[in-house]
Order: sequence, then C-alpha cells, then structure tokens
Amino acid sequence: MRAKIWSWVALAIGFIYFLLPLIGTIEFSLRKRRGEYSLDAYRSVFEDPRFRETFSYSVAMALFTILVGVLIVVPTAYWVRLRFPRLRPVVEFVTLLPLVIPPIVIVFGYIRLYNTGSILPLTGTAMGTNFLLMMGYATLSLPYMYRAVDTGLRAIDVRTLSEAAQSLGAGWPVIIARVILPNVLVAVLSGAFLTFAIVIGEFVMAALLNRPAFGPYLQLIGANQAYEPAALAVIAFAITWFCMGLIQLVSRFSAHGRAKRS
Amino acid sequence: MSFLEIEHIDKSFGATRVVKDFNLSIERGEFISLLGPSGCGKTTVLRMVAGFETPSSGSIRIDGREVTNLRPNQRNIGMVFQAYALFPNLTVADNVAFGLRVKGMARSAREARVAEMLRLIGLEGFGERFPFQLSGGQQQRVALARALAIEPAVLLLDEPLSALDAKIRVSLREEIRSIQRRLGITTIFVTHDQEEALSISDRVVVMNAGVADQIGPPFEIYNRPATRFVAEFVGTLNLLQADVLEPTSGRLRLGSAEVTLGRPLPEGRVTVAMRPEVVTLGRAEGNEVVFEGMIDDVHFLGSVIRVEASVAGDRILLDTFNRPNLPPPAPGSRAEFSMRKDDLLIL
Ligand SMILES: Nc1ncnc2c1ncn2[C@@H]1O[C@H](COP(=O)(O)OP(=O)(O)O)[C@@H](O)[C@H]1O
Ligand SMILES: [Mg+2]
Repeated sequence: MRAKIWSWVALAIGFIYFLLPLIGTIEFSLRKRRGEYSLDAYRSVFEDPRFRETFSYSVAMALFTILVGVLIVVPTAYWVRLRFPRLRPVVEFVTLLPLVIPPIVIVFGYIRLYNTGSILPLTGTAMGTNFLLMMGYATLSLPYMYRAVDTGLRAIDVRTLSEAAQSLGAGWPVIIARVILPNVLVAVLSGAFLTFAIVIGEFVMAALLNRPAFGPYLQLIGANQAYEPAALAVIAFAITWFCMGLIQLVSRFSAHGRAKRS
Repeated sequence: MSFLEIEHIDKSFGATRVVKDFNLSIERGEFISLLGPSGCGKTTVLRMVAGFETPSSGSIRIDGREVTNLRPNQRNIGMVFQAYALFPNLTVADNVAFGLRVKGMARSAREARVAEMLRLIGLEGFGERFPFQLSGGQQQRVALARALAIEPAVLLLDEPLSALDAKIRVSLREEIRSIQRRLGITTIFVTHDQEEALSISDRVVVMNAGVADQIGPPFEIYNRPATRFVAEFVGTLNLLQADVLEPTSGRLRLGSAEVTLGRPLPEGRVTVAMRPEVVTLGRAEGNEVVFEGMIDDVHFLGSVIRVEASVAGDRILLDTFNRPNLPPPAPGSRAEFSMRKDDLLIL
C-alpha cells in the first residue's frame, strides 16, 4: 500500500516536471493579443515565408537523410549479423561515436576537409554543402538507426531466411530488398521517425554550414520575437509527437505480418 | 553415371575435419537419408550439396554438371529447413511464389503453379494466410511446396520433422515420401531418427564422425550392419560376450550353448550381437542356438511382449508377439531361448 502511494507521487512529480513547462508554453503562445487568448502567434508564424521555406528545406533534408541512412545501415547491420558476428561490438561502438563527439567537432572537421581549397571542394556549392549537411545528419542519427535496425534483425532468423531465399534463386540485392527490409520495416520506420525528429530540430550543423534549415530559423525567431518562439516550440512538439504516434501506429498495423519467433 | 555424384568430399572448419572422404552416388528419383547422431556432419554434407559450404576438396556433380563451386542460387536446389524458414512478411501463396517471382515467371503461370503446389500439400484455401497463422506441420508443408515450386533438380531436407509433435512427425514423413514418389524428385533427407530414416528411404547413409559407415537399403542396414557403430545406432541390439573355442572353424561358447559359425574368428573373447526380435522364448524349429537365462522383467506392450533377461552375466532384450493362449513368463523364472545361427552378428 505504502509503495503504491510513493509510485503515484513519483508519477505526479514526473507529470508536473514534463507538463508544466509545456502548458506554460502553450498558454504563453496564445497571449499575443492583449487581454484574450488567440492564435495570432501561430498565424504570424505560418504566414512567415521563411517558416515555410526553412521547414520544407528541413523536411526534404530529413527524407534524404532517412533514405541514405537506411541504405547504409540496413546492409551493414545485415552483413555484420550474417557474416561477421564477432565484429558486432566494434560496429556498435562506432555507431555510438556520434553521441560522444559533439556535432560542432564533426562540422568543423567537414569544413576543414571539404573546403574550397581541398581536393573535394564540397562547401563551394550549395548542393555540395547540402550533401555534407545530409551526411552530417546521417551520422547524428546513426546510433538510433543502427540500434533500431539491429533489434529488428534480432527478431528474425536472418541466416536461415537468407539461405532459404538463396536456394530459391535469389541474389543479395533481392534478399535485402524482398526478405530483409520488409521484415525489419517497423524497426526501420521507428529509426526513420527518430531521424526525422533529430533533423527537424538540428541547429549546430545547419548554422555552421549556413544552410536555410528550420533549426537556425527557430533560433533567429527566438532571439527577436516574444510569442512566436513559444508557438514554434509547440509546433515542434506537435511534430515530434506526431512522429511517435506514427511509430506506434506502424508497429500496430504491421503486427499481423510478424511471425512468432520459432 | 548417377544423377547426383558426391566424390571424395572433405570439409574442415579450421583444424577440425568435419567430413572425411565422403562418397555418394544417387540415382534420379531416389530417396536417400543421411542418418547419424548430432554433430556427425550430416548438415555439413547437405549444405555442401546446396552450396552454402564449399568442400575443402572433392567434387559434386548434379546431372553431369559440375556444381562444386557454384553459388547456391545457381544450383536449382530445393531446401527445407528444420525451422521452416518461411518469410514471415509474406502470405502462404507469396511464400510459394517467391522462387517463381525471382525467376521472372509470368503472373498467370505463377498463380497456376502456386495453386497446384497448394493442392499437392493439401492446403488449398490457405493461400492468403500468414505463416504465423499456421500450425508447425502446416508451415513445414508450405516450406516443402515453396521448395518444390521451382522444380528443383534435387530436394534437400535438413531434419524437417524435428520441431514437430510425434504424431504429425509420422504422418508428415509419409506425406513427404508420397509426394516425392509422385514427383519422382531426387531427395536427400537428413535425420538423427533411425526409425524415420528406415521407414521412408530407398537407401540410408549411416554417418559416424564425418564418415559414411554404411550405405544401403534399410533392410540391409538393419539386418547386416557393416560396423559396430551402425549396429548399435540403428535399432536395439543385444550384446553378449562369447568365448572362442576354435578360431579356425568359428566355434564359440554362448552361455550354455556352443555354436559353430563356419568362419574364422579371432582368438579369445568376441562380442556377439543380436536383434531383440530374432531371439525366441523357448525352442523353435530351425533355431540351432539354444541357451538358458533368467527372466528379469516382462513388459507387456500389447501386440508385442518385451522380455528382459540375463544370460551368463549379460543382459538381453527379446521381443515376442503376444499370443492369447500363451501367457508371458514370470519374472524370476528360468527359461530357454533360441535363435538361428545366421542371425548372430559378430562385431
Ligand atoms: N560453420 C561452422 N564452423 C565451425 N564448425 C562447424 C560449423 N558448422 C558445423 N561445424 C561443426 O561440424 C560438426 C558437424 O556439424 P553438422 O554437420 O551440423 O552435424 P549434424 O548436422 O550431423 O548434427 C559439428 O561438430 C559442428 O560443431
Ligand atoms: Mg544438423
């Protein structure tokens, strides 16, 4: 009985800790018009062309990042599981590095390596810089993406399924595209939504590479206006939650296609 | 030349030699079982035929074509695994169609073939189900249909029944055999269960530590085992110590009996072996060997009565058919046993 009370107290404290700032932010974002609640702050955010530009830029970047991340991570995780199981701890460590190395270090490394005087002057063009930024994002999302995919692979018998497909005449590209990927799709999608959330909010890389992304725009508005930043924060929250909801939805919907582990 | 020729294959993993100079010729349409205890190299042989392992030396030919160094997807081989290995994201029909799709078969032909396969395994109407909605036996039948759909040159099954209940194991093995006969497909079936191997195979390969100890029809394997290992692994065996009295004529003493086998034996003591069903309780016509023993225990199994007895310090089992007018002997009594001289195995 006693333990139960304390767990309720802990839960309440948690709730207050998470919800109070959020409620405060929402409340504040509605107070642009003096004396009454209104959606004026949101209207002015949505009417700002820079919001639309930076937001769609970041969404596009997120989609490319997810695509590249999937193309790198799925075959790697698959190959490590199938052929080099002893390398798994090493690969796992490498994928954790982005959590340890600050993005600012990565981006300064990029700028030094790929500046206009280098052999590969990626920073010289907008497209080149976009590419660099996308690779940076892919690096940042690596820990989440790799872990998600690796967990997904653990749930299926990768080796036997691959061999079954092989004996039926399939080569590696077919096996990855038609056997492995569909069976880790839920894992890939949860990795993808996490990546999406990371890219949408990322500031350091985009700012230092001077690309028109949503993160730097948030910062700019935050520094110059009062109510709009609160509205933007609420919007960012909504996007994140939407992503999490999608993860839930996807895993529920695909539950019918998942086999019991044999 | 045989349809499938395995010649002098050897396989080592690191320093361990797992398959040793293995030879096997299989005729078209033959059903071969690889039988042996766990770890004797059955799976490794099968995987070399399938192309998942490359032999350290030796060669494999299918229908005259050298396949030793071909990749698995170039060999046209159907494989069924112990763990079913159905693609969990695909329906039964799509699982069966997988190999056909990879081959690029047109949709209408594919659908017809899938329907034919589902009929073959008795799962019409299950096409839209997912694997996890099927029982183990049904899943394994789908796996069989998937392997057969591509019309493989050879069908390989690696302990396909081991994960199933005893009852389904028996009915599915009969079903596999009857489908195999109908299609006339050359088949290698791996199992560690001797009853399974003996009951459905044209020939059985008994493997022991990477070596094929004996290759032959079930009748021969059971009745004329080539090595002591085969004799002990396949079926139940009574082992008795016998004193050799005259090595040249093969005269020996077995408990209270003296037998002349008519072939030379080593000097000293030998181990003689006999199947439980060749020993008769009491005397019988044509049974030259008669010896005495003590009944230790009697197990009434219905149509068969299994008797445990001691003969000159060794324990033997014997099986007799139940006869309603002849009650089994009582434990603790003495009895006579008899058998034919030819049924004695010297190992
Ligand atoms: N990939 C491998 N690497 C190392 N040893 C292996 C490998 N595959 C099988 N072995 C060894 O080879 C032996 C035979 O294995 P296997 O062919 O699977 O036996 P069976 O199928 O008869 O049980 C076993 O001792 C096993 O440990
Ligand atoms: Mg095995």
